[in-house]
Amino acid sequence: MAVIETHGLTKRYGRVVAVEDLNLEVKEGEVFGLLGPNGSGKTTTILMLLGLTEPTRGEARVLGLDPMREPLKVKSQVGYLPDQVGFYGELTAWENLRYTTRLLGLPEAEARARIEEVLKRMGLWEVRDRKVSAFSRGMRQRLGLAEVLLKRPKVAILDEPTLGLDPEAAREFLELIKGLRAEGITILLSSHLLHQVQEVCDRVGLFHKGHLALLGTVEELAQRVLGGGYEILVEASPGLEEAFRRLEGVARVAAEGGRYRILSSRDLRPELARIAVEQGELLSLSLRRPSLDEVYAHYFKEVAHAA
Amino acid sequence: MRREGSPWTGLWAVFFKEMADHLTGLRMRILEGLILLSALAAVYTGTQTLRQTVGEDPYLYLRLLTTAQDPLPSFVGFLSFFVPLAAIALAFDAVNGEYARGTLSRILSQPIYRDALLFGKFLAGLGTLAVLLTALFLLVVGLGLFTLGVPPGGEEMARAFLFLLATLAYAGFWLALGLLFSVLFRQPATAALAAIGVWLFFAVFFPILTDLAANALLLQADPLDPESQLRQASLALWISRLSPNTLYAETLTAVLNPAVRSLGPILITQLEGAVLGTPLPLSQSLLLIWPQLTGLMALVILLFTLAYVAFQRQEVRA
Repeated sequence: MAVIETHGLTKRYGRVVAVEDLNLEVKEGEVFGLLGPNGSGKTTTILMLLGLTEPTRGEARVLGLDPMREPLKVKSQVGYLPDQVGFYGELTAWENLRYTTRLLGLPEAEARARIEEVLKRMGLWEVRDRKVSAFSRGMRQRLGLAEVLLKRPKVAILDEPTLGLDPEAAREFLELIKGLRAEGITILLSSHLLHQVQEVCDRVGLFHKGHLALLGTVEELAQRVLGGGYEILVEASPGLEEAFRRLEGVARVAAEGGRYRILSSRDLRPELARIAVEQGELLSLSLRRPSLDEVYAHYFKEVAHAA
Repeated sequence: MRREGSPWTGLWAVFFKEMADHLTGLRMRILEGLILLSALAAVYTGTQTLRQTVGEDPYLYLRLLTTAQDPLPSFVGFLSFFVPLAAIALAFDAVNGEYARGTLSRILSQPIYRDALLFGKFLAGLGTLAVLLTALFLLVVGLGLFTLGVPPGGEEMARAFLFLLATLAYAGFWLALGLLFSVLFRQPATAALAAIGVWLFFAVFFPILTDLAANALLLQADPLDPESQLRQASLALWISRLSPNTLYAETLTAVLNPAVRSLGPILITQLEGAVLGTPLPLSQSLLLIWPQLTGLMALVILLFTLAYVAFQRQEVRA
């Protein structure tokens, strides 16, 4: 079942196109990554899905509801973590969440129980009575996710969730997101840090200047754009480039002295190892999932060439 | 396209949160201290003057509010000076402050409409000022009871209540103005400065301008035709009433001084048979300032509507 659907969704600010003719479908229970550089239309798309910005054309459906007509119903089931999420610094973490539960219209006892639950889950229970102004960026981000969970949402929309976090905090945060998926919450996350989020996304859509340029799983995209879903790094004797290239299934070989980077449509490690050992020495061999950054860079270089 | 769901959802949550912020905030405490000190000073000097004439005035408490003794202005004088400042201080960063803190998109992603946020903030400001004014007023009356030893009369209290209401409407004007600027300007400092600029304009420059206009208009009148002079004088008065300050001042004059019979020029024929200096009943004073009072409220509604429309059209992202 599609939880989020858009048909020809378009947003223009005057003559500037923010999002053009977006057709998207996010299935129940998946983690969908809305990826692309800053200013490519990710946040605008999210705001249209929440009914906070009116589309110029096209329509969106979230949980079968029209966010422009029934925003309250949509917003009561969809949690949203904005980029650079802010809280009232003069209030404590607990008080900030208490305000949210009042806006949600939760009864007192239920609100208290839920606040305790989400704060404990995000590891913020010990600091619940501390003012948010004293929180670090990572703590704020976790408080933001706690607020999202307060709603018991069916869908969580996270805008740039790892932006501004140090690598360790970002990794922890992505773990938390994986935890949400395990609970069956559908997640739409946007990011320009492609390499960081690629591993948690089931499917991704790559944005470029308001257009959804590519859509699919990371492997599919790598296959389509780079010509190979597998990237193998080999360190061996120099001069094996030609031999590697002749193997069946190899899409590209990049060589630099004794280091080779091979893109292929299947796992060619045994064959590569054999060649390397037969014709010299094999020093190392490793398989890497191709990174989305490469897919993105490569695709748009080609687009630029074609234009 | 019709939206579904009530625009009032979440209104009271916003109202109570904002009100709590105002009442506990440092900004409001500073203002409260300022107002309290000046009010006490004004009332103290007022009672000193009134003590000598306690037995002679039927409207002792109204006199207490309006008596000024150099160099201090009266209680009412202080209030009309501080109330706009307090209202602007409460509202100038209402919306742009939420942008700056990054809380706006988070709050609006909760199941409420923008209407509730803006209206809740406005009501909270108004509620805070109402609490402040009422407390201050009760304090003054209590102080008067202590020092003068005469209980206030019923009509006096009714007039005083009307005075509070008018002050609240006047405060509402500045609150709505502050709110409008907080929507229009992204920087809270710009919004505060702009609102204070408007206040200064109405407090200092507008009277000068209307004086100039009145003189110019009178010069145009035919010196031999009293009717044309009256027409020009009325026009000048009408222009001066474009300012909320004039409306408020006129309201106060009529409410707090029962002897006032007219707020414009009086013809000699209108005075025939009148006993000068006798007080009007409350209902007649109310009738006298009804246009001013409704005009003030209309201004509040107009400004709030402008703020509302501007806020509805604004993009949520910073």
